[in-house]
Amino acid sequence: MSKQTPSQTAGPYFAYALTAQQYHYPNSQIADGTLAGEDAAGRIRIVGRVLDGAGAPIPDAMVEIWQADSAGRYGAEGFCGFGRQGTGTDPQGRFVFDTIKPGAATGHAPFLTLVVFMRGLLTHVYTRLYFSDEPAANAADPTLATVPPARRPTLVAERDGAAPGVLYRFDIRMQGEDETVFFDL
Amino acid sequence: MINAPVSQRDWSAHPPLIYPPYASTALRAPTKPLIPLAHGLAESSGPVFGHDRVGPLDHDLTQNGRRNGEPLGERIAVSGRILDEDGRPVRDTLIEIWQANAAGRYVHQVDQHAAPLDPNFLGAGRCVTNGEGVYKFYTIKPGAYPWRNHFNAWRPNHIHFSLFGATIASRLVTQMYFPGDPLLALDPIYLGAPEGARERLISRFSLDVAEPDFCLGYVFDIVLRGRSETPFEGGDR
Repeated sequence: MSKQTPSQTAGPYFAYALTAQQYHYPNSQIADGTLAGEDAAGRIRIVGRVLDGAGAPIPDAMVEIWQADSAGRYGAEGFCGFGRQGTGTDPQGRFVFDTIKPGAATGHAPFLTLVVFMRGLLTHVYTRLYFSDEPAANAADPTLATVPPARRPTLVAERDGAAPGVLYRFDIRMQGEDETVFFDL
Repeated sequence: MINAPVSQRDWSAHPPLIYPPYASTALRAPTKPLIPLAHGLAESSGPVFGHDRVGPLDHDLTQNGRRNGEPLGERIAVSGRILDEDGRPVRDTLIEIWQANAAGRYVHQVDQHAAPLDPNFLGAGRCVTNGEGVYKFYTIKPGAYPWRNHFNAWRPNHIHFSLFGATIASRLVTQMYFPGDPLLALDPIYLGAPEGARERLISRFSLDVAEPDFCLGYVFDIVLRGRSETPFEGGDR
């Protein structure tokens, strides 16, 4: 039996390796924020920030998403389901994912898995993004049920009805009264 | 790809989230306990980046950033095996690395350390493990550099590693250090990993990996989470 290799922080200088094209470096990156093209059925945009304990947007975080396709399948042909965005190229520190709304199993709400890396995080953290326009499914979701009710809203992305297209807003709060729920998975 | 659920994160191996000697954790690391999550399909699957995603020079940092000559510094090979906790090789898995140049300077625009950039060194690479879980990079030994954590703070020489493994739950970002570095005993990032575990972050000098008249060699094996002893739970997707 071997022991796990410890995690270490991604630090402040990951961008030219992990998100090189987003940050306009000459080399390539393996995944970006576009999982679905403009003409994809069920396309959604997710916009958010990563906020520190003082409420300031963090400009050197990296957010990854992992999600099912519209039929609830993971890693199925035709949809990678993985995306990666740094928060350092937008003046307001936002990440943007263009993707599709995932399908869900019966009795479960649709969600995305998010992974957050940054300077100041010695181990990455996981959270989930649920959707505000799925109130019935969210109320029945067995994972949300494990979260104290007062903290559940931190996991729900708000649909912005005023924006063109289908836009959800989801800020990740690392600390504070509304600290986002992070999962040990 | 759907795989068997992986074992839990072993918190005796990983750094705590809040670690006061590393000042940046104070405002950035969660303060509330993590909520346990049983692994369903989402946690038992992960992205697959195969050999077709890696170019011929991606693993060779001594070549992939060249403009008009060879990068300066001490040429090294870094090789090792990616295993899971049960000793199984993690095959065909993507590894991404990044590092400072020999003078301790990153290409990243945010790095303003007054050390020279090397026009022939980018410091980023990737490769995919073979059927035995083995990887190999060629690079330049990174230099130490100052940071603002505390007075006269210097990071030990290190290479950043990013790995995927079997599922999104086995994701790991870590750093490889070099044996005998006097800065290790002073570095709050290295020291953030628990005693008894942090030593796994130090590579081993190896003449077997060194190549005569070409480069020195270091071995860095990485252990990812193994398979869970508890079967698939709940059918949660």
